[in-house]
Amino acid sequence: MNGTINAPSIEYAQLFPVLVVFAAAIAGVLVEAFAPRHLRKSIHVPLTLLTLAGAFIATVVTALGGLPATPVAMGAIAVDGPSLFIWGVILFLAFISTLLINDDEQFVAQAAAVPGSADEEDAVRSGFAQTEVYPLLLFAVGGMLLFPAANDLLMMFVALEVMSLPLYLLCGLARRRRLLSQEASVKYFLLGAFSSAFFLYGMALLYGYAGSVDLKAIGQALATVSNQETLLLVGMGMIGVGLLFKIGAAPFQAWKPDVYQGAPTAVTALMASTVLVAAFGAVLRVFWVALGNLDWDWRPVMWGVAILTMIAGAILAITQTDIKRMLAYSSIAHTGFLLTGVVATGAAEQNSKALSALLFYLAAYGFTTIGAFAVVTMVRDAGGEAGHLSRWAGLGKRAPLLAGVFAFFLLAFAGIPLTSGFFGKYAVFTAAVGGGALPLVVVGAVSSAIAAFFYVRVIVLMFFNEPAADGPSIAAPTTATSAVVALAAAVTVVLGVFPQPVLTLADQAASVLFIR
Amino acid sequence: MTTHYLVLSALLFAIGAVGVLSRRNAIVVFMCVELMLNACNLAFVTFARQHGNLDGQLIAFFVMVVAAAEVVIGLAIIVMIFRTRRSASVDDANLLKY
Repeated sequence: MNGTINAPSIEYAQLFPVLVVFAAAIAGVLVEAFAPRHLRKSIHVPLTLLTLAGAFIATVVTALGGLPATPVAMGAIAVDGPSLFIWGVILFLAFISTLLINDDEQFVAQAAAVPGSADEEDAVRSGFAQTEVYPLLLFAVGGMLLFPAANDLLMMFVALEVMSLPLYLLCGLARRRRLLSQEASVKYFLLGAFSSAFFLYGMALLYGYAGSVDLKAIGQALATVSNQETLLLVGMGMIGVGLLFKIGAAPFQAWKPDVYQGAPTAVTALMASTVLVAAFGAVLRVFWVALGNLDWDWRPVMWGVAILTMIAGAILAITQTDIKRMLAYSSIAHTGFLLTGVVATGAAEQNSKALSALLFYLAAYGFTTIGAFAVVTMVRDAGGEAGHLSRWAGLGKRAPLLAGVFAFFLLAFAGIPLTSGFFGKYAVFTAAVGGGALPLVVVGAVSSAIAAFFYVRVIVLMFFNEPAADGPSIAAPTTATSAVVALAAAVTVVLGVFPQPVLTLADQAASVLFIR
Repeated sequence: MTTHYLVLSALLFAIGAVGVLSRRNAIVVFMCVELMLNACNLAFVTFARQHGNLDGQLIAFFVMVVAAAEVVIGLAIIVMIFRTRRSASVDDANLLKY
């Protein structure tokens, strides 16, 4: 009948983890508006932690209830095995990042006060810190949950922005070295907006090609539409630019070291772990679901990008003198290792093997990264964290336990056996060999060796150099920070010694691949 | 007949992209990004006309909302750095490097 509009059907139960995170984010905004200042933090912290824990439990319950065979919310969101695994990982990582963010030493007292002004001194003396970080964190996490689960490009674009916009702000809120922090924020924002515009234009061209932005419809159009290859290939390239920027693959990696160094370390920990997980989920969905039948066209480009990313990350990391920048380049190298899994497509069985390897790698890497950045927050100078590597000399003699844990995280990044990094790399490289990407694995092994050099260099610096007379102080960690370090170390050990349960879980999540 | 609109959209997008890469003032760079987003909108609406469905027109509305949100965040960040440095030039923000 003409004129009637049918209400869309929304599967609220399956979307509960996302909805609860957004609801709590909005509640957080109301707390900012109405709660008195001294109460805000004591409301925000439990609210954020309970929300993330609740969403995690809801994700587990949904997963136990069996996987749906069709996308939900009128085909806009696919709550399938990989989505649920990624949701679980993101929520868990966001929960422990929140414990790190719950540290007033990290965030600016009054973001609007100009650095060095009397306003700023007043704000610092008041003893408060900006509490807007908690609602911003929840909005970003909500976007991260939607981004890898989006089943059409419009939802993916909106999720990309919902994830990115709060992060641009969070980057600029460091308490110390505010000029660096603000600069990181500007750079991240301008480059991020630029790359989103590329994503959007690519989306417009794919819409022009297929007449729909639904991933399944684009996949089907590959077989039926002819004479429109220009639209398709240029669109694919531009969407690729937008997505590769988000994961920080070369040649779009330039923002990563600047942003990771300038942002408050707790926010860096959040970005380095959860954003990478979410963005890889989206990369896989676009290139495997929508453009899966076009793999002959995108695979050679992805090969080049993967090789360039691994080499650039490993080699540039050697020249770094700042610990956070070094970890950023290490993250770029890891992005390259993960990309070797993305190109390892083939038959369905091969795809699910590669997907399972990627999911395991992302989970393992996320925990180790948060642990490493948590250690960075504890080594402090008078002006804030001791970023320069020379300040870390002899740390092993002054704080053996802390330096030992950090050395362990670095070994996990390098992929030494008995750490989670070893099984992650092993799984991804095995899948890549199965997918016929042997040369990539050779490059991966070589750049792993180069990367191991600078990890070991830091360990040597910490344990075999004399400590400086005026070396950095080791801040007495808050309970939350020690819990984060302990948990990250425990996960890194357990996944390195006894990875089978998580591997099995990743296998199950990847067994039926992405639903369309 | 829709080709002209697509060419115009591609031109606007290219002008925006060149502007982002060559201009120095953060506000102008940001305006160029907005120009790119509007070029996308024109492409969406044109393709909607070409395919005879409404998806593209609908997406244009979403893009406008996202662009508005981006303006809020972007101007906040640019004003923040201008108040600190008395300059909105992207060349002056050069503390983070190598």
